[in-house]
Amino acid sequence: MTGSSNFLRVLLACLLALGVAGQSSAQEMIKMYGPENANQTLILRSTTDISVFGPVVDDFVRTRPGVNLRYEQWGSNGLYQLTRKECREGQPGADIVISSGVHQMVQLVNDACARSYQSRLTERLPQALKWRDELFGITREPAVIVYNRDLVPAVDIPKTRFDLLDLLRPADTPYAGKVATYDIEQSGLGYLFAFADAQEASTFGALQESLGRSQAIATCCSADIIQGVAEGQYLIAYNVLGSYAQGFQQRDDRIGIVLPSDYTLVLSRALLIPKQAENPGLAAEFLDFLLSPGGTLALRTALLISPMLDSEEGNEGEVLNSTARRPIGLSPALMVALDALTRETFLRRWRTTFPGQ
Amino acid sequence: MSEFVRRLATSSLTARVALGIALLLIIGGVFVSIAAFAYGREAARSAYDRLLLGAANDIASAVTVLDGRPTIELPVSAFELLALAPDDRIGYRIIGPEGATLTGYDEISLPDSRQSLSEGFFDGTFFDEPARYAVVSRRFAERTLNGTVRVIVGQTLNAREDMAYDITRKALYVLAATGLAMALLAAVVVRSVLRPLENIAGGLSARDPHDLTPLDTEVPKETEVMISALNGFMARLDRQMNSMRHLISDTAHQLRTPVAALRAQADLFSDEMDISRKERIVERIQTRSASLGRLLDQMLSQALVIHRGDSARRERVDLRDIVLDVFEEGDHAVLKPEMEVLIDIGESPVEVMADVPSLTEALKNLLSNALKYGRSPVRIGASLDGEKVAIWVEDSGPGPEDEVLTALGARFNQAKLSRQSSAGLGLAIAHSVAVSFGGRLLLEKKDGKRFRAALVFAAALEKKT
Repeated sequence: MTGSSNFLRVLLACLLALGVAGQSSAQEMIKMYGPENANQTLILRSTTDISVFGPVVDDFVRTRPGVNLRYEQWGSNGLYQLTRKECREGQPGADIVISSGVHQMVQLVNDACARSYQSRLTERLPQALKWRDELFGITREPAVIVYNRDLVPAVDIPKTRFDLLDLLRPADTPYAGKVATYDIEQSGLGYLFAFADAQEASTFGALQESLGRSQAIATCCSADIIQGVAEGQYLIAYNVLGSYAQGFQQRDDRIGIVLPSDYTLVLSRALLIPKQAENPGLAAEFLDFLLSPGGTLALRTALLISPMLDSEEGNEGEVLNSTARRPIGLSPALMVALDALTRETFLRRWRTTFPGQ
Repeated sequence: MSEFVRRLATSSLTARVALGIALLLIIGGVFVSIAAFAYGREAARSAYDRLLLGAANDIASAVTVLDGRPTIELPVSAFELLALAPDDRIGYRIIGPEGATLTGYDEISLPDSRQSLSEGFFDGTFFDEPARYAVVSRRFAERTLNGTVRVIVGQTLNAREDMAYDITRKALYVLAATGLAMALLAAVVVRSVLRPLENIAGGLSARDPHDLTPLDTEVPKETEVMISALNGFMARLDRQMNSMRHLISDTAHQLRTPVAALRAQADLFSDEMDISRKERIVERIQTRSASLGRLLDQMLSQALVIHRGDSARRERVDLRDIVLDVFEEGDHAVLKPEMEVLIDIGESPVEVMADVPSLTEALKNLLSNALKYGRSPVRIGASLDGEKVAIWVEDSGPGPEDEVLTALGARFNQAKLSRQSSAGLGLAIAHSVAVSFGGRLLLEKKDGKRFRAALVFAAALEKKT
């Protein structure tokens, strides 16, 4: 029971630290994997939904009888705050942290919160997917445009951001108030995508303006947005995480997915082993598992390494030109995204675009 | 240590050269490494300092004023610049006019001694890792904001150290290659230097034991010294051996006749019955044995002169001393009391580089010749004539016949001692002495009334004071 009381304390501290952040900063869900009586417990904190990442964890635990794994699902901001706090105070917390807020992860590494690890498998990672041998990109997930297949006519399906701009331009556009995107103040991932967009192309300013003028909806959470598109509440959703969209599409074919062909951001969720991890060896084993062929296959099955990015397959005949892929590289340049003043400036501009939300 | 030095002295030249090269390489290697590392550090420092400064300026120029407050949207380009050191962590802090942190790491602080630093670099730490920081300032003079915003940008040192080590490593590769080349060259050089020595040794050991001819002097300059010394030694040995050989054969030859005569007289004596004749024979035996004694003396002195001519050390000799010594010994008074001997020497020293006993012997022999064959008065003296010095004996007789004189000259010019009379032997000794010290024997008639025998040498150089 010490584990759970420890958890409560952490939760409390976390809540206190966050104050009035106005969002779910605590863990959202916990699930245990592996045998009850195992002698080693690996604590994994992640922003990925348990339902998506669970099968991958299952595959890992299956091969290690003496190990069980405690999976905590967190919001990216909450996870960042907690990890940073534990790092500053030198408290042991998670053994592994995986987050889609890669800018936050880069910041944690910069703040000397991570432990260095090198193996044959990490050596094989491309340079853009690791930093200092402390941060590793383990997934490949595109940011996509999702549309409602029944309500959006085939000619209107936006293939690029320019198509989307054209769609929103007429004063009497039927898409006014029907386009959704992340609320970047609430969603770390949404902020990251928006920030990357701003770095990537000058179209972002126009697009942001255009979204604002057409009273686009900024809301939270991939699942809500995709659900909204399927149900016709929204017609088009911009910058939705492809893995969730594709997972949803496999159950519900009311939505369609487009990889924007001008460029498609590709996110690699980042993994780090905290400095104070109590089971760093086991954590390293987990990392090696994720990078091994078996782990890669499990991630691919979970759509976390997106099949849509394989040029030979594509989605609905879509083939993404490999030059249009823009991976969000794990580099210290991402720290800019997290800088308080910069964020404030960026958000100020956002607020003027989406007033009253 | 002395043991080591002693062993070094007897070790082979190859070992010495190897030791020398090894020392050179080790010392050189240490120096080059230190220098290369220092240079590498400096190069890395200045290269990455520029990056830092560039990034800091980039950030500083992005600071704007909004509602009376400085605000900033960090330029990604600045961080991409810093990310050129791919594995280094980045620290930054932007300080407002009131000294409060606008954004960035509060942990970063200016060094205590340079709190007011507004432009420049300093060393510090970043989360317990050594780091290097650049500071730039930007002054604002707006209606709403007046003051200086300082931007501090820093980075850990991994890339700098990598670069420094890389430069050092490359310098060491070059050094290793150079060292190898030097060692190979040294091996080749040592072998080629030692080859003449081996050749000389081989030539010497292959020689006939009686072969004292000079060695081939077609050798490198440095070994020529050794060869010419060796050749000089062999020539001396050869000369001495020849002299001995001649001396022995001359002695045997010259002794045979007087000894045979003595024996004949002795035989006569034992056969003779008449007392008065016996006395005459005894008288003759006495005369004969006395002259035999003189001959022996001369031979010995010739042997002495030949020996000393090659072996005695040259010293500064005043010829007047020799003249005085010979005169004062007074042999002439014993030998020929009826002859008058005069000394003719000057005031100033008459100096030559020579050997006293040799000169004394030579003068004695010349004097005894003069006493024996010349007429009274006999004068002995030493004289200085410009570059030349001479020690001489002069009698008042006409001297030998002209053809005898020519024959004597011819014989001496052949530079060889041969069967000779007692007088010839005396002249031969004098000639040997003259030749030994770089002079010559001069026999000259003066106006048909006097005959002078002189040893002429080059004067010794003025003694340096």
